[in-house]
Amino acid sequence: MGSNMAECHPVAFRWPLKAKTEHDAVLIHVDPRFTRTSALCDMHVPIRAGSDIAFLGALINFVINSERWNSDPFFKEYVVNYTNAATLVNPEFKDTDELNGVFSGLSADGKAYSTASWAYQRNPAPQPAKGGIGPFSDMLLRQVPGRPKTDPTLQDPQSVFQVIKRHYARYTPELVERVCGCSQEMFLKVAGTLLDNSGREKTANITYAVGWTQHTVGVQIIRCAAMLQALLGNIGRPGGGVLALRGHATIQGSTDIATLYHSLPGYLNMPDGRKNHETLKDFILTEAGPLATSYWGNYPKFAVSYFKAQFGDAATAANNYGYDYHPKITGDHSHLPMMIDMAAGKIKGFFVMGQNPAVGGQNARFQRKALAKLDWMVVRDFFETETAAFWRNSPEIQSGELKTADIKTEIFFLPAAAVPEMEGSFTNTQRLLQQHEKAADPPKDARSDLWFSYHLGKRLKALYRDSTIVRDWAINNLAWNYDPEPAEVARWRIKDEPSAYKFLKEINGFTVSDNKPLASFANLKEDGSTACGAWIYTGVIPEEGKNNAARRKGDDWISPNWGFAWPANRHIMYNRASADINGKPWSERKKLIYWDPLADSGSRDPAGKPLLGKWVAPSGEGIDFQPTKAPTARGKDSALGFDWLSGNDAFIMRADGKAWLFAPSGLVDGPLPTHYEPYESPVENLVYKQQSNPVAKVWNIAGNPYHTVADPKYPIVVSTYRLTEHHLSGSMSRWLPWLAELMPELFCEISPELAAEKGIKNAGYVTIQTARGEIQARALVTRRMKPFIINGKVVHEIGLPWHWGWQGNAAGDVVNELSAMVADPNVSIHEGKVFTCNIQAGKKGGVI
Amino acid sequence: MAKGMFVDTTICIGCKACQVACKEWNGLPAEPSHFRKTSGMPYPVANNFTGDSYDNTGSLSATDWRHVRFIEQFDEQRSQRRWLFDSDSCKHCTDAGCLNACPTKAIIHTDMGNVIVQQDTCIGCKFCIPSCPYGVISFSEKTGTVHKCTLCNDRIHNGMGTACAKACPTDSIRFGDVEDLKARADARLVQLRSKGESRANIYGYTEAEGLNVFYLFVDHPLVYGQAENPVVPQRRLILSSIVTMLVALGIGVAALVKFRERLTGKPEEESHES
Repeated sequence: MGSNMAECHPVAFRWPLKAKTEHDAVLIHVDPRFTRTSALCDMHVPIRAGSDIAFLGALINFVINSERWNSDPFFKEYVVNYTNAATLVNPEFKDTDELNGVFSGLSADGKAYSTASWAYQRNPAPQPAKGGIGPFSDMLLRQVPGRPKTDPTLQDPQSVFQVIKRHYARYTPELVERVCGCSQEMFLKVAGTLLDNSGREKTANITYAVGWTQHTVGVQIIRCAAMLQALLGNIGRPGGGVLALRGHATIQGSTDIATLYHSLPGYLNMPDGRKNHETLKDFILTEAGPLATSYWGNYPKFAVSYFKAQFGDAATAANNYGYDYHPKITGDHSHLPMMIDMAAGKIKGFFVMGQNPAVGGQNARFQRKALAKLDWMVVRDFFETETAAFWRNSPEIQSGELKTADIKTEIFFLPAAAVPEMEGSFTNTQRLLQQHEKAADPPKDARSDLWFSYHLGKRLKALYRDSTIVRDWAINNLAWNYDPEPAEVARWRIKDEPSAYKFLKEINGFTVSDNKPLASFANLKEDGSTACGAWIYTGVIPEEGKNNAARRKGDDWISPNWGFAWPANRHIMYNRASADINGKPWSERKKLIYWDPLADSGSRDPAGKPLLGKWVAPSGEGIDFQPTKAPTARGKDSALGFDWLSGNDAFIMRADGKAWLFAPSGLVDGPLPTHYEPYESPVENLVYKQQSNPVAKVWNIAGNPYHTVADPKYPIVVSTYRLTEHHLSGSMSRWLPWLAELMPELFCEISPELAAEKGIKNAGYVTIQTARGEIQARALVTRRMKPFIINGKVVHEIGLPWHWGWQGNAAGDVVNELSAMVADPNVSIHEGKVFTCNIQAGKKGGVI
Repeated sequence: MAKGMFVDTTICIGCKACQVACKEWNGLPAEPSHFRKTSGMPYPVANNFTGDSYDNTGSLSATDWRHVRFIEQFDEQRSQRRWLFDSDSCKHCTDAGCLNACPTKAIIHTDMGNVIVQQDTCIGCKFCIPSCPYGVISFSEKTGTVHKCTLCNDRIHNGMGTACAKACPTDSIRFGDVEDLKARADARLVQLRSKGESRANIYGYTEAEGLNVFYLFVDHPLVYGQAENPVVPQRRLILSSIVTMLVALGIGVAALVKFRERLTGKPEEESHES
């Protein structure tokens, strides 16, 4: 669901196909359109775009009320022990059933939630243990709360399980038919197949991509799938899980080594001027406090080691390891607010590297006009993208809305090297770091991103060298030790290429005193004696000169000696859950890690006798648990991290060690996924009075108008998406004639029913309009598209791939002229997967 | 030993990576007729939208040695819903019509069983074009010769597989010894039939004396744009010779009869000829 895997991840799609052809796996595709993926699946289940939570919620309802789930002891054992189903929720919590579709805690203006009423019921806080671990850890130890109260029988009305049961009771097959436009028979077939293929002997996987993220309820859709999988016992086990297919190569890497505004490498949070982040202690207490009983109890070690990596010798205990000089964010600086600030003249300069917002940005016209407000912009790419060329030939220039002479933005267009022209690593969907070698020098002045960033840093440091201003401390003391290595550059023309190895080593971490790489993040310290760019990558360079990302020894299963899967070469996260509460594999077929009571733990008792018992994995899989914690061990009440977690707390990154069916914190739009209509929808919400996500990010500003609910001017649903033949905004494909001819022109996928209604002919032209803009496209009339019957009324959907722009060998209108800037409140991702529009036959301006 | 390819269309995802890999390895340009130069645009811009599903070429050509077909099989109610993909190319016939027709012996079988056009001895007479029952071989105005897939002759004679098979992300196109590939195809056919694909068939075992590139289809070959019972024209030679002789004989006999009628003095008026 939410993924067109064959289309957008064709190389990875070989694995589901292998499962199908070699292991008789059943593949189901739930998607509004019949796509290349549907073509290869056993079943295609069309649902209206934006109705995913209604469908998934009904699956949850089906599963927990099914006879099998209630009679097979596997499900109860998994759910009671490994999820928070048994945990009791604050009695003040009020669900959507009582409040017309919103949760308790919504502010008076209806725009933000206070999450206090979503909290767990807890036992009294323990007497704090003595500490002596370190200054930051001791501080965390003093605030460890009491353990959550539970009811393992799952009968307490305030237990998470009962809350969920009530919440999803209204999500019936009949509701699915009315809301999603999918027949009850089809829904029940999916539900039955999913349930039949989950349990001790079998696991089922759910795979998604941006088809789920690009919604105002994107995070909640994904959470709903995770809940379903947790209820089915499909997490932490081979063949299970919720697999996130990332947007393109090494996007996983770019969130790990955070290019995101709000995140530091390794998923530490960015210091934030709006939070209690005044000092390093405040920062750690605020960020790690609520998580300290999970493996995040090691947050102080990760954070201090990060600052040591950032500022090197200048980072000392006296200056809080440089924290005092580290930049802080002051607001939402994600892409859309950034462009809105730019349009308001608040941003002077802009680096665009590997991005093309003039085509890829939502409400692209708005974003292009924002570029015209900059003083300067640097674009690094292979070709003169639309972003680089906006000042001379954008649609706004063509229409006379903007004049080149009036645009003050100074544009620096710099040639970039391609992947085979540089050394580095990819971290893809499965968290696997894979090294790639440089195969050739880039042509002429083209340089790698690493080269550019390194030399820019060097030049900036030179400019600031003599500054004594406090705010310049950070750049003056930034550790920048990536100088070219003669041996690495010897065979290449470009001799001043920085050492990619040195970057990776810093990311991996090292001991400050002897500069030796760290083999494990368990060795990190909070006293400044270790430096580590991103703790999750520790172990990729376990010793000097050895790069585990470059390993190329595969086998026919886990392949532990192929590349390096973070963290610590664990390919399946939370794999403690692959064994039962006593540490035995759930089944021989699904064996992954298990407790061997006779294995030598490696440590000795006071008498010198070896202590027996440890977790083992014959496949070589990394163990995502404390290796010597017995499955039945009880955690200590006043402790951090693994010491607090018990032997059945498989979900070690959660503060209670459990998979969260109910999210007491961490989300801004509710503890349970709830069906809301997309921000622009042709229908009213049939599930609740609340129409759409009450706290969605909405920007009511000039140039970004929205359609109303069931707007008669814009009655048709549109989804934007990608094709195999092109790369995102086309920046890597539309300038290559070989690829340009594969998908030459912008087209719009339309059902024959809608085409007949509108007089549209296949291969003719159509014009599509929204309040933001108007584009023309060729019509591809196909029965792969279908009208949906929603609550008795016909709802038409059209599809628009968005790869085209006015530059390149394949040119066409920019589809994002149509989309709106509106976003998910948790992660600020736009709603490109569903909004409304109008369509008519003929070219723009009414020319047939 | 004969080399060939097995194309399992049931795991083809229609990604066209084979089309691109073929062009890249064989130095074939994007099809010039797919692009238009417009004033004001710095680049020639592609304008080959076909409106035929995701098909971008419509056929094989001198620059498109591979062509992925997209076959949409949907009824109005969407109770039947199927989208078939088929990556088509030269079949490398064991009895090749193009080869038989070539007057200069420019088209040959190599020791690996693949059929290639030797560009230096092709005279561009085009006799081979109608002799191919699959419409594979095409004439290039640019070179004055004919072109088609060589089964990556240079690669396979240097221990590598074909470029298309190498690029195929799902191993839908496999290169190898024909006998091994047949074993694989047979096993897959059994598997599909056991799952209820009653129309599953291998195209290329019996067609035109056997093809070194064969396909697993789940519908009639015609659905995939392939001839149902392809015959290499030269295979009709004996039959058509006999027919020709018989016809000639018939005409001769008729003429003789007519002549004898004249001799016997039957009235001329009965003739409608003027």
